[in-house]
Amino acid sequence: MSLASRAWALVQKDLLIEARTKQSFNAMVFFAGLVLFIFSFAIGPDTELLREIAGGLLWVGITFTGMLSLSRTYQSEEAAGGLEALRQYPGDHRAVYLGKLASNVFLLLLVEMILFPAASVLFQIELLPHALELAVVALLGTFGFSVIGTFYAGLTVHIRAREVMLPLLVFPVLVPVILGAVKATTLILAGDVLGEAGVWIRLLVAFDTIFFVVCVWLFPIVLEE
Amino acid sequence: MRTLNKGLGWLGWMSLGLVAAGSAVALWVVPADGAMGDVQRLMYVHVPTAWLAMLAFFIVFLMSVLYLVQRKPAWDHVAVSAAEIGVMFTALTLALGSLWGRPTWGVWWTWDPRLTTTAIMLAMYVGYLAVRGFAEEPERRARWSAVVGIVGFVNVPIVYLSVVWWRTLHQPPSSPRSMAPEFMWTLLGNLLAFTVLFVYLMRRRIHLSRLEEQLERRGPSYSAQTATAGGL
Repeated sequence: MSLASRAWALVQKDLLIEARTKQSFNAMVFFAGLVLFIFSFAIGPDTELLREIAGGLLWVGITFTGMLSLSRTYQSEEAAGGLEALRQYPGDHRAVYLGKLASNVFLLLLVEMILFPAASVLFQIELLPHALELAVVALLGTFGFSVIGTFYAGLTVHIRAREVMLPLLVFPVLVPVILGAVKATTLILAGDVLGEAGVWIRLLVAFDTIFFVVCVWLFPIVLEE
Repeated sequence: MRTLNKGLGWLGWMSLGLVAAGSAVALWVVPADGAMGDVQRLMYVHVPTAWLAMLAFFIVFLMSVLYLVQRKPAWDHVAVSAAEIGVMFTALTLALGSLWGRPTWGVWWTWDPRLTTTAIMLAMYVGYLAVRGFAEEPERRARWSAVVGIVGFVNVPIVYLSVVWWRTLHQPPSSPRSMAPEFMWTLLGNLLAFTVLFVYLMRRRIHLSRLEEQLERRGPSYSAQTATAGGL
């Protein structure tokens, strides 16, 4: 089996479990919705202000929701020594990382498909005229978030107090992704008259590429027994 | 078993002397800056600690790579020592910069690229030390923290670049060209003094790390006894 087909097998298994139980997805959607609500309450009914900072609120929502699913990345393997089994299968351990990464990206993008329209209603922002640009930013931001998140979720799987450790490790590394995604989203929503969003999209592409390479390279070391 | 010697040793005395002499020159010999006044003297400590923090994190990165390639505990001892000392110097850099910023810029904190990057760097290496704190088995601890040390260091330039684009307001980096010669020599002297101090601290911390490893190899009961008896 090639690397891709191994990873694909893992994706199929994880998504099948998710499709049957909908455990993560339901929790994530509700959680994301509540985060948006709490922001609306905290910042007040000033529509103009909410519209201005909608990009930031959206990405805080995505980051928090993403953290929720990250900590569950290897949960289905933990019971009954599933992780041991994955480790002992012959072949490249990078497939485990690639498979988990793909599932995480897919699940988070699915949640965003609900989160973006919900934000558009709550914050009165127009999504449709910029749908394509926003989709690119969402994809790049989600990928960068998941690259780092899936990697550190694998590292903290055996660490005590991992609920605390995972955000502590992930958030500082994510600063460029958050900055890039928020800036790009805010500029695009405002019409991007000066064409500045491109710089931030390039930053996201650079971050995603660099850390994808680094994490794929280092992951077998993380998974070693 | 080797023990931790109590005295400072020649390197310790040397670093103490150099830092004392450097501080004395910085405080009383060199004239104060015309525009900023006495507060500018903080630079003689701020710049060396900032440089050594960067050096320390570079050592962490180098040792992490070496550890993952060769799997020798010795590299891990150097890495953790550099990380701890680096975190200390980073915190010192931020604290001193903040003290300087208040009278000069009028604020304790501003979202300047170097400031922000330094703060994020501090958070990343506190994470590095936290991973070590939560992993008990020495081989796993070394392996996991090496990975964190590599990812963190790769991220530093990207964070810096992203914050530069985000906003900017900082003194242009102090370089010999923008400085009077007596200021520059005082700064270089202090840089030397703090570097010697850094080498001294590294040696002590690496030594301590080796002792801890020996203790761990004797098993948990022994190390618990010794720790409660105040052995370290």
